[in-house]
Amino acid sequence: MPELIAKSALHGQAPKVALGTTLSEGVVEKMVSVAPYPGRGAAVDAVLGALGLRFPAAGEAVAAGDVRLIWVGRGMAFLLGADAPAGLAEHAALTDQADGWAVLRIAGPVAVDALMRPFPVDLRAAAFPVGKVARVPLNHMQAVLCRTGEDAFEIMVFRSMARTAWHEIAEAMDVLEARARAS
Amino acid sequence: MRLEGKGLVDRGAPVSFTFDGRSYMGFAGDTLASALLANDVRLVGRSFKYHRPRGILTAGSEEPNALVEVVEGNQQTPNVRATVQEVFDGLVARSQNRFPSLSFDVMGVNDLLSPFFSAGFYYKTFMWPRPFWEKLYEPLIRRAAGLGRLSGRHDEAQYEKAWAFCDVLVIGSGPAGLMAALTAAQAGADVILAEEDARMGGRLLSENCRVDGQPGADWAEAVLDELRGMPNVRLMARTTVTGAYDDGTFGALERVGLHRAPAPHLPRECFWRIVAGQAVLAAGALERAVGFPDNDRPGIMLASAVRSYLHRYGVVAGQRVAVLANNDGARATARDLMAAGVKVVGILDTRPDASAVEDCPVYLNAQVTGTAGRTGLRSVSFRHAGGAAVLEVDLLAVSGGWNPTVHLTCHMNGRPLWREDIAAFVPSPGAVPRLTAAGACNGAFSTAGCLREGRDAALVALAALGRAASDVALPVAEDAPYAITPFWETPGVEGRQWLDFANDVTTKDVKLSAQENFRSVEHMKRYTTQGMAPDQGKNSNVAALAVLADATGRGIPQTGTTTFRPPFVPTSIAAMGAGGRGAGFAPQRFLTSDQASRDRGAPMIEAGLWYRPSYFPKPGEATWLESCNREVLMVRESVGVADVSTLGKIDIQGRDAARFLDLVYTNTFSTLPVGRVRYGLMLREDGHVLDDGTTARLGEQHYLMTTTTAAAGLVMRHLDFVHQAFCADWDVRFVSVTEGWAQFAVAGPKARELLATLLGEVPALPFMGVADVALGSVKGRLFRISFSGEEGYEIAVPTRHGEALFRDLLARAETMGGGPYGMEALNVLRIEKGFITHAEIHGRTTAFDIGMEKMVSAKKDCIGKAAAARPGMVGPEREQLVGLKATGAMTAGAHLFVPGERVHRETDQGYVTSVCWSPVMGAHLALGFLKNGRARHGERVRVVDHLRKIDVVAEVCDPVFHDREGVKLRA
Amino acid sequence: MRINCPLCGTRDRREFYYYGAEDYLDRPAPEAPAQAWDDYLHNRDNPAGVTRDLWYHDLGCSSWLVVTRNTVTHEILAVEAVADRKGGAA
Repeated sequence: MPELIAKSALHGQAPKVALGTTLSEGVVEKMVSVAPYPGRGAAVDAVLGALGLRFPAAGEAVAAGDVRLIWVGRGMAFLLGADAPAGLAEHAALTDQADGWAVLRIAGPVAVDALMRPFPVDLRAAAFPVGKVARVPLNHMQAVLCRTGEDAFEIMVFRSMARTAWHEIAEAMDVLEARARAS
Repeated sequence: MRLEGKGLVDRGAPVSFTFDGRSYMGFAGDTLASALLANDVRLVGRSFKYHRPRGILTAGSEEPNALVEVVEGNQQTPNVRATVQEVFDGLVARSQNRFPSLSFDVMGVNDLLSPFFSAGFYYKTFMWPRPFWEKLYEPLIRRAAGLGRLSGRHDEAQYEKAWAFCDVLVIGSGPAGLMAALTAAQAGADVILAEEDARMGGRLLSENCRVDGQPGADWAEAVLDELRGMPNVRLMARTTVTGAYDDGTFGALERVGLHRAPAPHLPRECFWRIVAGQAVLAAGALERAVGFPDNDRPGIMLASAVRSYLHRYGVVAGQRVAVLANNDGARATARDLMAAGVKVVGILDTRPDASAVEDCPVYLNAQVTGTAGRTGLRSVSFRHAGGAAVLEVDLLAVSGGWNPTVHLTCHMNGRPLWREDIAAFVPSPGAVPRLTAAGACNGAFSTAGCLREGRDAALVALAALGRAASDVALPVAEDAPYAITPFWETPGVEGRQWLDFANDVTTKDVKLSAQENFRSVEHMKRYTTQGMAPDQGKNSNVAALAVLADATGRGIPQTGTTTFRPPFVPTSIAAMGAGGRGAGFAPQRFLTSDQASRDRGAPMIEAGLWYRPSYFPKPGEATWLESCNREVLMVRESVGVADVSTLGKIDIQGRDAARFLDLVYTNTFSTLPVGRVRYGLMLREDGHVLDDGTTARLGEQHYLMTTTTAAAGLVMRHLDFVHQAFCADWDVRFVSVTEGWAQFAVAGPKARELLATLLGEVPALPFMGVADVALGSVKGRLFRISFSGEEGYEIAVPTRHGEALFRDLLARAETMGGGPYGMEALNVLRIEKGFITHAEIHGRTTAFDIGMEKMVSAKKDCIGKAAAARPGMVGPEREQLVGLKATGAMTAGAHLFVPGERVHRETDQGYVTSVCWSPVMGAHLALGFLKNGRARHGERVRVVDHLRKIDVVAEVCDPVFHDREGVKLRA
Repeated sequence: MRINCPLCGTRDRREFYYYGAEDYLDRPAPEAPAQAWDDYLHNRDNPAGVTRDLWYHDLGCSSWLVVTRNTVTHEILAVEAVADRKGGAA
C-alpha cells in the first residue's frame, strides 16, 4: 500500500518580488463548500454560531480566529481552516473543495496596480475594502478575489490553471517594475 | 530655427536622433516635428496618391501629412505622426511612400497624371477584365499608393492593458479640463485627468495668454502641482481617450514606452478601460485649413501650429511669414511672431470688413490664387480688395476657423449640432449619458469661456454624483469674441485645392462626387475617400461637407456630418489585445500527470484548454501510429493507464437531487441504487443532445455527475439555468468538483490484477459500480466503468495526490506488460466500441439519431423531451449513427454517397464524424451518420472527401465493432 | 456595457453570457401543443425599444439574470435574478 505524496498546485514555485510586492502560493489545508438548502438560513447560522461564524452576505468574508467563511457565489460559501461543524450537513450541501483550488497571495504597495491589469473590477479602497470578496474573472479564468489587508489580496483559481494565473499576475508586476524603472 | 529663450523644452537635455539617415539634435520635450523644424527640415513626407511633397501641417495628433516610420531594431512602426512622436536619444525615423528618396521620388510622376486619378478613377478604369483586378491592378496600385510599411515580422514587443475606475474622468487638460479636474478634485471626487499630450496644459502651453495675471503655462503648472498633491487625483499624460462606450466606459491609449529607448518588459502602449461615474469632455478644438490652389506645400501650416511651435518649442518654422485667416483669433499669430522678431510680410484676411490695424500690412477680402515652391513654399500669389500681389514667403500660417473636437460625443450615435455664429459643429447635449462637454470642444473659444465651462461641467458632474460642490474661484482671463466669416475654398481659380491631405482629396473630387449623384455625405466619403486616412479627416471633414453642401445646394446642417466612430486616434491592435499572445492567449490547464507524461516524451495536445498526452512513444517507434497501435493492443491484451481527470465532475446533493437529475437527464436516476453508476443522456430544450456521461449515486441524497471534457462549463450553465429558472425552491445544490479529483482509467484484462497490487483487495464491484477505497491514509473512489470496452476501472484521489498515484500506477502497469496510453489510443478504443463523443453529439443530433431514443423515458418529463418528439426529429429521413469499415483510410468530414450515383450535394447520404485505424480489426473504422442508417447495415457506401482526396467504399455496420455483447466489460 | 448584478454589483459585459429572450423562462407544460413549444423555442419579437433578456453571470456568481434594457438607447432599466423573481420557481 503506497503512501501518496501530496503536491500543491504550484509546487516548487518560488515567490516573486517586485517593487516591494510579493506574489506567492498560499496553502489550503481544509476548504469545504457550504450551500444552504432553501429556507434553512437561520438553521445554518445557528450551527455556524458554534464556530463564532454566520453565513456571509454576497461579497462578504466572515472570520473567527483562523476560521473563515467566504462568499463564493450564488448561495454558496467556502469554509476555510476548519471541518464543517456537526449538524451542518442537515441544512446545507457540503462538498470538499480543498484540492480543487489554487491560492495565490499578493501583498505590497503595487498589489492593487498589479491586480487591476488582469481583473476588470474596481479595487479602490472604498469599493473593495478589507474583508471584501468577489467572484471576478482573472482575464479568462473564473476566480475568487479577497482583500485580506490594505495592500494584500488572496486569489483563488481552479487548480489546473494555477500556472496561467501566476503568469498573468507576474507579468503585470514585471510591467509595473519596468514602468517604475523608466520614470 | 530655434529661438533663444523661448519655449518649454529642456535646453539642458539635448538629444540626438536620425531622420532618413541623417543625425539631428533636439531637446527633451520636443516632438519629432518640432525638432525637425528647429533643424529647418520642412519636407517630411510624400502624399498617399500623388506623391506630392508634404511638410508639417499641425502640432497635434490630427496631423495628416507628417507620417513617418519609426524603426526599433528589426521592427518598424508605420504612420507615426511626427507631431506626436517625442524625440529621445537614439530615435530612428524615416519618411514614407517615396523612392528612391524623399526629395526625389519617381512616383511623383503620379502628380503629373493627376487629371486621370480623380475620385472614382480606379473603380471606373480597372473594372475589366474582372480577374485582372485582384491579380494585376490592385497589387500595382497598392505599391504606388499607400503610406508606411510594416516589417512583416511578428510584433514581439510588450503591450499592456489595465482597468481604472473613477468618479470623474476629465478628458483634456487645457483651461477647461484643468478647471474641471480641480473643481471635482477639491470636492473629494476621485478624478482621472487624461491628456493626449506628453505635457498637460493644452493650448495654455501654446498661446501667449495670461490667467490670473500669470502666463497661461505657469498657471497650468500651478494647478497641476496642486492636483499632483491630491491623493484622489490620477494624472494620465500621453493618454488619448479613444472611445466612449455604454455605461460610463471609456477606452484610452497610453504611450508608455514610445518616447524612450526600449527596455525589458516596458510596454510600448497600454490600453486602458476606464469606468467613470461622470465624464467631462474638454478635448479642445482643431483648427481647419483653407482651400486655395496648391495649399499643401511644405511651409503652409495651421496658424495655431505656428504658435505652438513658437511658444511651446521655441521654434519658428520660417523667416518671412504671411498669415491667411477668416477670423480674429489668427491675428495673434502675426503679433506673436513679430514680438519674437520674425518678419511678418502680411496678413491676408478673407473678410472684407475685418480690422486692418496691425503692425504689418493687412490685405482685406484677400484670396490666395496660387503658391510656388516645389519642396517648400517660396511665394504666395493673391488678390485682395486693392488688387493682386505676390509675397515672397517661406511660411504661410493658415486659419479657416476651429472645429470643436466633438468626436467622443458621437460615439454613441449622437449627432453634432451646427452653430452658425462660430461656423462649426458642437456636441448635442446628453449625446453620451453622464458626459458633459466643456470649453473649446463645446464651442467656447475664449480662455475665460473655457475656464468657466470647465468649472460648470465639473459642478454638473458633482451634482449627478450626489457630492457637495467645491468652491473654486474662477480665474481671470481673456474673453475676446471669436469673429469668423466662413471661407472654405477659393472661387474662380485654377488648380487643385486640397481638403484631405492624407488621402489626397481635393474640392474638385467632392464636387465630382455630387455631380455623379453621390450626394449623401456618407456616399461622398466613400466615393472620394475623404476622411478615411489615419487622421480620419480631423482637419478637413467640415470643409469637405461645406463644399458638398454648396455643390448640392443644401445648407451645412442639412448635409450633416459623417459618423465619428472609435477610436479617436489610430490604435494598435496589439495594445487592445495586450496580454493575449503566447501563454496569455487562453488559460492552460495542466493535469497532475503532466510532468510524468512529458518525462516519457509524450507530445501534448490541447483539448478544452487541458493539455493531454497524445501518445507515449517508445524507442524504435517512428510514427504516432506505431505508438498508438501498440497502446491499443496493450489495453486490449494487458492493462493501460490514462489520466481522465479532465472530465467534468459535478457534486449534487439534497432531498430533491434525484428529482433534479430526472428533469435534466432523459433517463431516470431516482431509481439508481446507491453504489451504482448509470450512463445518462442530456438534451437541450430544443431536443438535440447536449451532453452525455456517467452519474454515480454516492448516497441517498448524493450524486456525482460526470460530463464530457469540452462541455463541462456548458453543462454547469445548463444546470444553473434549469435550477434557477424552473426549480429554485427545490432542495438541491450542486458544485463543480472537476478540479478536486485526479482520476485515472485502468483498463484491460489485467486491470483488476493491477488494482489488487495497489489496494490489497479490490472491492467486488459489478460493472457500473462505485465504492470508496483507501490508499494508505488517502481516501479515494473506485468506479467500475469503461470507455475502452475492456474491463475497466477509474480510480480517483484528491488532486494533491494525483501525480504520486499516476506515477505509481504506471510503475505497476509496466511490470505487468502494460503502461500509459494517450488520447490517440483512447480515441481508437472508443471508436472500436462505438462510444460517442462530441464529434458525434455535435449539436445537431438527436437521441434518435444516435440510437438512444429508448433512453428518453416515457414515464416522466425531461428537458428536451417535448421538442425531441416533434415531426422531423425522428424518422427514416434522419441521418443515423452507423459504423463504417473500409480497407482504405477515411476522414472525419467526408460525405457518404450511394456507389454509382453522382457525387453531389443533392445525393448526399450523410457524413463521417470519427475515424481510426483499428489494429484489432485490421481495418479502417469510422463512425458517421447515414440517412436511415440503422436499416442499411451491410450496404456499401462511397466515402468522399474532395478536400483531402479521399474516395473509398466502406461497409455500413453497427457502430459497435468490438465485443458487441459487452462480455469483456462485465468480466 | 455594464450590468448591475444583484449579488456582485456593476460589472463589465465580458463577465456575462448572453442567452436570449426572457421567453425561455415560460416553459410550456410537457403536453402543450407543438405550436406552444415552437413559440417557446423559436419565435421571438425583435423590438426597437424595451426588451427583456437572459444573461448568465458566467465569470461571476453564476446567477441567471433577467435584464430589462432598451435596444435603442442601450439603457439598462432593471436587472433581477431569475431565481428571485415572483412566482418564478416551479
